[in-house]
Amino acid sequence: MAGYLVRRLAISLLLVFLATSLAFVLASVTMKPRDNYLARNPPVPESSVDGILDAVNQNDKTPVATRYVTWITGIAHGDFGQTLTGDSINEEMGRRIGVSLRLLLLGSIVGAVFGVLLGVWGALKQYKPSDRIATIFSFVMLATPVFVLATVLKYGAVQFNDVLGFKLIYFTGEITPGLQADFWGTLANRFQHIILPTLAISLGEIALYSRYQRSAMLDVLGSDYLRTAQAKGLTRRQTFYKHGLRTALIPMTVWFAFAFGTLVVGATFTEKIFSWQGMGAWFIDSISAQDINVAAATTLFTAVLILFSTFLADVMRGFLDPRVRGNQ
Amino acid sequence: MSRWQLVWRRFQRNKSAIFGLCVIAVLFIAAFFGQFITQWSYDQIDANAFLKPPSTSHWFGTSQIGQDVFAQTMRGLQKSLIIGFLVGVISTGLAAIVGATAGYFGGAIERANLFVISLLLVLPDFLIIAIVSPRIRGQSWLWLVVLISVFSWMLTAMVVYNLTLSLKQREFVTAARFMGVRPFTVITRHILPNMASFLIIDTTLTVGGAILLESGLSYFGFGVQPPDISLGTLIAAGTGSALTYVWLFAFAGSLLTILVLAVSLVGDGLRDAIDPQSEAKASL
Repeated sequence: MAGYLVRRLAISLLLVFLATSLAFVLASVTMKPRDNYLARNPPVPESSVDGILDAVNQNDKTPVATRYVTWITGIAHGDFGQTLTGDSINEEMGRRIGVSLRLLLLGSIVGAVFGVLLGVWGALKQYKPSDRIATIFSFVMLATPVFVLATVLKYGAVQFNDVLGFKLIYFTGEITPGLQADFWGTLANRFQHIILPTLAISLGEIALYSRYQRSAMLDVLGSDYLRTAQAKGLTRRQTFYKHGLRTALIPMTVWFAFAFGTLVVGATFTEKIFSWQGMGAWFIDSISAQDINVAAATTLFTAVLILFSTFLADVMRGFLDPRVRGNQ
Repeated sequence: MSRWQLVWRRFQRNKSAIFGLCVIAVLFIAAFFGQFITQWSYDQIDANAFLKPPSTSHWFGTSQIGQDVFAQTMRGLQKSLIIGFLVGVISTGLAAIVGATAGYFGGAIERANLFVISLLLVLPDFLIIAIVSPRIRGQSWLWLVVLISVFSWMLTAMVVYNLTLSLKQREFVTAARFMGVRPFTVITRHILPNMASFLIIDTTLTVGGAILLESGLSYFGFGVQPPDISLGTLIAAGTGSALTYVWLFAFAGSLLTILVLAVSLVGDGLRDAIDPQSEAKASL
């Protein structure tokens, strides 16, 4: 098991390295930070533009290979370089990663837990009205892009607040600016802010999980060994939790990694729409600002997250499924 | 009765799939012929109607500068449909070629193809296309089709690869090989037709994903560029005023959702019709 995991980790690290390198090279070839200075009035002399761009290793006159070596050497020393405005990416990243992780962590937990519950429930009530409603919900959610869903949620929240007569659900930022409150007050305020973004990213995930969980569960429910367990004298409930659910969760680990990838991209939209200053929003801004270093750093973050989730899925599968441990 | 007649009969029995097919047909007709039943064109400006709600003259209302939202939405729908279906066909074709050659030839070709697949699988497609997007600004939207296709075929290729590995062992393939049929002919005549059902289902499922990816990219301005319109750019333009001028956002947003929903219903229906064993698990 340990050897298997170490090998998986090594492959993941190699893939992160390749993905980020490719992102940096692509960004260096396609983005033109120089354009930001060309349109200025009065015109900025070329030599000073060169100076600015050289200072942050984004000068298109330097060959991409040279810039790549400088950049990757920096990364190896834990330095992500500077933004176009000369700020340290490391500092900004420290702040933003926290913002993104809070959203992603809550979103994936809510998504996975409720998705699994909904799927199991659907399988137990197969073809009953409640199962049909859950199915229709999943299909609609899977077809709704995050940016449409987020806007609809925002609209709903405004109506909801109007009905209540006061602002219960907030939809801008992480916390009310200049809030004066004790620990619990701050926590409550944060909670009021995080409800909507979490819903926006996890509803799709709930739908995805519930579909796969439902079909995995139906497979297990129809299996011979479950019938044997019942014939042996266990109650339906006992066989269900002891033998059914655990087996049905194994294939879900494959989808965990997959769903997390969609969640990360979904979070990009969510951060932008609900004005959270996270990594996703930073990535989008970096493209408009033509900031190569920021685009590469945010891509690195995403690649690490996705591969970490894949790795985590492997670990979980190893624990749940003895065959995986045996084979490797 | 031939196999495909049987499949069609099973498909017809699936109400939600037929519903999805009808919705797609209606959307297609509306997108390409909608411009003939309204007096406004998508690039026309009605100087007498700025930000007017839906009315008998402007069915979906008008925008800030007096554009007819109905005409614009139909134009955007057109682009989203074309891009979605093009990507579906191209990416499945690409997957078939890469997966089948990897499985059939083995050796160095197999290793090279599998490496490309696993590398592209880790690259976050949305981010990479966004990074490349400054390059395609001001160029044809067909580049966007190419980019989305490049990132949509890998999972399909893996399945094609595995199917090829098992088909390769079958007698009819070995027979063809020993008769001296060229590898390319074996692949196109014996291997790919035997996974036609999978390829058809997969094309449908890719279409939905491609439409979502395209609209997401266009939403941030990384996809379809003006003067072209897609549902994504329309939604992006309408989001800012979605809370006050609902019609700017609601029509494009709901049409996009309905389109993707219909495509996935048809895809599911096809899978159930072609492979009845899957029906028990996944049907409505």
